[in-house]
Amino acid sequence: MTRAREIPIWFFIGVLLSVYGVMILGYGLWELATGHLANVVLAHLHAPVWWGALMLVLGLFYLVKFRPDR
Amino acid sequence: MPAARSRIGHDRGKMLAMLIAPAFSLSLPTATAAMVATTSIAHLTGLDIAVIAVYFAMVIWIGYYLKNRANTSEEFFMAGREMTAWIAGLSFVSANLGSLELMGWAGSAYQYGILAAHWYWIGAIPAMLFLGIVMMPFYYVSKTHSVPGYLKLRYGQGSSTVAAVSFAFMTILMSGVNMFSMALVMKVVLGWNITFSIVVSSLAVAAYVALGGLRSAIFNEVLQFVLIWGGALLVPILGMIDAGGWMGLKTRILHDLPGQDYLHLWRGLGHFHDNPMGVHWTGIIFGLGFAISFGYWTTDFLVVQRVLAANSLRSARMAPVIGSFFKMAVPFIVILPGLLALVVLHNPNGSLMHLVGEDVVSAHPGMGLHSYNEVLPLMLVRYCGPGLLGLGITALIAGFMSGMAGNVSAFAAVWTYDIYQPMLRKNEPDEHYVTIGRWATVLGVVVSIGAAYLVMHAQGIMDYVQALFSFFIAPLLGAILMGMFWKRATKSGGFWGLLVGTVTSVGLWAWVHFYPAALRFVALSPDARDMAENMYRALWSLSITVIVTLVVSLCTSAKPDSELKGLVYGATVLPKEDPVAFYKNELFWAAIAVVVFVGLNVMFW
Repeated sequence: MTRAREIPIWFFIGVLLSVYGVMILGYGLWELATGHLANVVLAHLHAPVWWGALMLVLGLFYLVKFRPDR
Repeated sequence: MPAARSRIGHDRGKMLAMLIAPAFSLSLPTATAAMVATTSIAHLTGLDIAVIAVYFAMVIWIGYYLKNRANTSEEFFMAGREMTAWIAGLSFVSANLGSLELMGWAGSAYQYGILAAHWYWIGAIPAMLFLGIVMMPFYYVSKTHSVPGYLKLRYGQGSSTVAAVSFAFMTILMSGVNMFSMALVMKVVLGWNITFSIVVSSLAVAAYVALGGLRSAIFNEVLQFVLIWGGALLVPILGMIDAGGWMGLKTRILHDLPGQDYLHLWRGLGHFHDNPMGVHWTGIIFGLGFAISFGYWTTDFLVVQRVLAANSLRSARMAPVIGSFFKMAVPFIVILPGLLALVVLHNPNGSLMHLVGEDVVSAHPGMGLHSYNEVLPLMLVRYCGPGLLGLGITALIAGFMSGMAGNVSAFAAVWTYDIYQPMLRKNEPDEHYVTIGRWATVLGVVVSIGAAYLVMHAQGIMDYVQALFSFFIAPLLGAILMGMFWKRATKSGGFWGLLVGTVTSVGLWAWVHFYPAALRFVALSPDARDMAENMYRALWSLSITVIVTLVVSLCTSAKPDSELKGLVYGATVLPKEDPVAFYKNELFWAAIAVVVFVGLNVMFW
């Protein structure tokens, strides 16, 4: 009996980064749209937007590259 | 020098903890501080809570998914020896990269400057490369399942039992100590209830390790490693922008904190009193860089277990080499935030914030003082709004859980293979040992929780626990090095070397503990401080172990070469590895790691 192929850890990482990317980017875009900036230093740099976007891109890359049906 | 930045916050427990294993760097006084803390540093929003919840859901999902892949003992304890070099290498580093290390070392960087980076560079890299290139073939070819297992093959059951029992006992106790420290951090930073933090994180770790064994622990460690970087990397990036880049940081440190050298690794190590750590370069190189570092990175089963799970000898050799690059990069998310905090953290009235020792915080409750160990949370709160703050806190939780998973998975393996199987039930079917391993995981977590509460109610024992752990590292290194590289080393030599080396370590510790003036003899200078004591104590005990092993071995009869195959240099023909392109060769990457390591030390000389 052959065992089903294991989902690589990189796929799980892709899932996590994508979910976090959506959550953080989403919040960043809301901040950007409404102008309600968080009370933190350098808030005008909109870190949630670019950090969230970076996580999302990385996450999607891992999701696609290591998807279980490949 | 501002009073608050004087050495009154010097903390013996922390020093010990930092030396015995880099992961254990936050200590008892945090507890005291937490007990008097009345307000938390950070306040989480719904988005932050959601980020943390997603993480917990993910680790449980991984454990549940992998539960059907841990049916045999080889699968449960050794992850089927199927890990790639990258996974084994990241797990190898991650098991050591606990949240207490992140927070403790950031605090140390604030206190001592870039000197703290020695624990990541000379205190880790040479040992990691030595493990991968020189020692790994013997661990791997012998097919041992643990470090005590190697001792059994080389020296017999006596040495193995001593090492296994001490490792199992101390690992689980340290797991509890760390659990308690982490719960206190959560109380200080977030105001969370201690029991809530302990129970939730312990249950999650118990679930995913008991379900999926070492494979699940390793998968989660890799996930946690990525998360730690994702959550913590933003702090130094934004901090550097805030401080005006590296040149801006240097200028502001020199301006705000004149007369102290926060930016050089080696220049102040010519004499014990020339640097705030009270250490000497000989102690850093031979004590930290050899006795302690090699002891931890090459013989502590917590980290070695990850590499033993590699899918080939080449992967097993490559894993620590890969890990060394990430280890060299860790100061970017740990040491740099500590340095940045020196100049960017301000009080509400605009004055420069001065963090203090835990004892000062305890002595002045209600004054709003913060301790060195709170550097990282303070920096997180400074730069990270909703979502990002949750990510940073998740990184700290992930760091704690990866460390705990490492402890309990290593405990389960050593308990089952090196204590239960040889001493209690020898010839049981394989499934029996898997079941024992699962229960050992649960038992390990339960005992850890018990140890956490024990420490909570008798906090003075924490220093002793940490000191206990340090007693075994250097002697174990001596015994293993002699056994691995000297064919003449005998069973009696190994046993007595290990025993006398450990007794020496305990004796030196007790001597200084009860007669502090003895520090000048142990650390070779009256100006030496606690850190130096630990370095030289390790060096003394290692030397005694080697000498006793040598003398006793020469007086007893050695095993024939035929019985040493696969265990000892000179009696082992290492399997020939298929040739690969140079960029896939571990020697090539080890050479690059050496160049980077030397370059970093020269750059921050």
